Amino acid sequence: MTEIRIIVCATQIPDPEAPLSDVSVDAQKLEVLVDAPQVISPFDENALEAAVRIKEAVGAKITVLSLGKKVSDTVLRKTLAAGADELILLEDEAFDKLDSHSTAAALAGAIQTVGGYDLILTGRQAGDWDSGQVGLILGEMLGLPCINLAREISIEDGSVVVKKGIPEGYERVKATMPALVTVSNEVGELRYISRTKMLKMIQGARSIPSWSVGDIGVHPEALQKMAITALSSPPDMGRDCQFMEGTPEEKAGKLAAVFMSLR
Amino acid sequence: MAQGVWTIAEQRDGEIRKISYELVSEGRRLADALGQELTVVLLGSNIKDKAAAFGPYGANKVMVADDSRLEPYTTDAYVSVISQLVKANEPAVLLLGASVQGKDLAGRLAARLDVAMAQDCTVFAIEGGTLVATRPIYAGKAYAKVTFENSWPQMATARPKVMSVNEPDPSKSAEVMDAAFTLDDADLKTKVMDVVKDESGKVDLTEADKIVSGGRGMKGPENYYILEALADVIGASVGASRSAVDAGWRPHSDQVGQTGKVVSPNLYVACGISGAIQHLAGMSTSKVIVAINKDADAPIFQKADYGVVGDLFDVVPALTEEAKKYV
Repeated sequence: MTEIRIIVCATQIPDPEAPLSDVSVDAQKLEVLVDAPQVISPFDENALEAAVRIKEAVGAKITVLSLGKKVSDTVLRKTLAAGADELILLEDEAFDKLDSHSTAAALAGAIQTVGGYDLILTGRQAGDWDSGQVGLILGEMLGLPCINLAREISIEDGSVVVKKGIPEGYERVKATMPALVTVSNEVGELRYISRTKMLKMIQGARSIPSWSVGDIGVHPEALQKMAITALSSPPDMGRDCQFMEGTPEEKAGKLAAVFMSLR
Repeated sequence: MAQGVWTIAEQRDGEIRKISYELVSEGRRLADALGQELTVVLLGSNIKDKAAAFGPYGANKVMVADDSRLEPYTTDAYVSVISQLVKANEPAVLLLGASVQGKDLAGRLAARLDVAMAQDCTVFAIEGGTLVATRPIYAGKAYAKVTFENSWPQMATARPKVMSVNEPDPSKSAEVMDAAFTLDDADLKTKVMDVVKDESGKVDLTEADKIVSGGRGMKGPENYYILEALADVIGASVGASRSAVDAGWRPHSDQVGQTGKVVSPNLYVACGISGAIQHLAGMSTSKVIVAINKDADAPIFQKADYGVVGDLFDVVPALTEEAKKYV
């Protein structure tokens, strides 16, 4: 079998581990402001890790696509250091504040422009909105068999076999390629990349192509289906931690009384 | 004009899951606000005898799709059948549960129907005749209200255990109808080869009324018996933080957090869990949160209603003994 071609869709988000104090809301402009460094969405890093493992196992060419109004090539070059062969940034003013549907439409346009793929991998959800939809919509738009929530991916005779997470464990699901698979964190974290390797990749002379609306032939902003009508800080749950005092036994006794009052 | 509220029931091995009743109850409230009917859609094999369960909770109709290929659940088959029913009947609102299965189904279904979908919502309202859905974003650090534009049905999933369940009224019953659909093998693009269940085989955490979770502070897999003993006494399920799962101490199906399950039990007891953002994202909508941690500065205490600063290896066994006095 010839070398398979994998496209990984990786989005850039503010670090989801940023503390609450770094996140504020501009209710007027309907914008969430996060004072934290940009990172590759963790589930998309899992997807890249899955792709690199396939490359190591059976040989593959990996193309990473990243879409946004402005995509940091410094952040995304990490994908090349980790084992991707090609990185294409999809950057356009029109890619600002897209919903799942229009994001998928823009990615579908870019993927058709790339062409010749066997497997598309996305994270199971983006770590900012956690909707878990772009990949699935993308699969549907491209008319591909689609497997969600991969814990492990293997390639067998032109098919992709996925251990898909289900509530009580996993099922092994098979689909003929080309196919789309969304990847869950159980796959494992993206491999460690040494600082020297990262710096070499970031400072390297390699130019990273950047495509705009004109290159992919899709105007996603016209396809928006969801509107944000209000943004707010989290509701005050009225939690004001009441600490139990005393010996461990006394603390336990007071807590047990609380448990019982909940019945 | 699209009419009516639909909820998709979730069942496993023929047992109706709790989220289904939460959806019916919320669906009833929305249907009342719209002045429209509520229909529950139930899929499975030899499942029709379960259809009567929904009337007492407020359903007007139950549409049953009964086919041997609909048991067990597969994404392809369910998406094919439900999308046909939605296209033929054009409901205005379509609600599913944000359980593992519900999210999988809803994501694909929205894609097939070519509609927007609001995932994992905590509040629904009808404003000006349309659905407004509220959902946590940025790991619960902000909340967004969203509406649907030129997108029918208005589709959303509800976070399990957030929507209150109606008191069932046994005098009420729903009209049970057979759903008209075809299931073509060509629609089934993926094939389930086999199913492997984690050894845990316990209550699905998203459905649990009480959860006792352990994190890095548990020090090792051999110590979880301490939590299991407490869980047994108070009728809870045992969960785990990401670090405990990543360390291999507990199965993935036990993981609570943004990267695991999002839960909202009546009682969440966090033992030896510091409260990383991604963990808080998975449990901060729990009704009562109790934290037991050695570190008085652990962020988990900021999200807790009750806290014990102390060694969980002293506190939890003592708590188990105290709780036994009430049994």
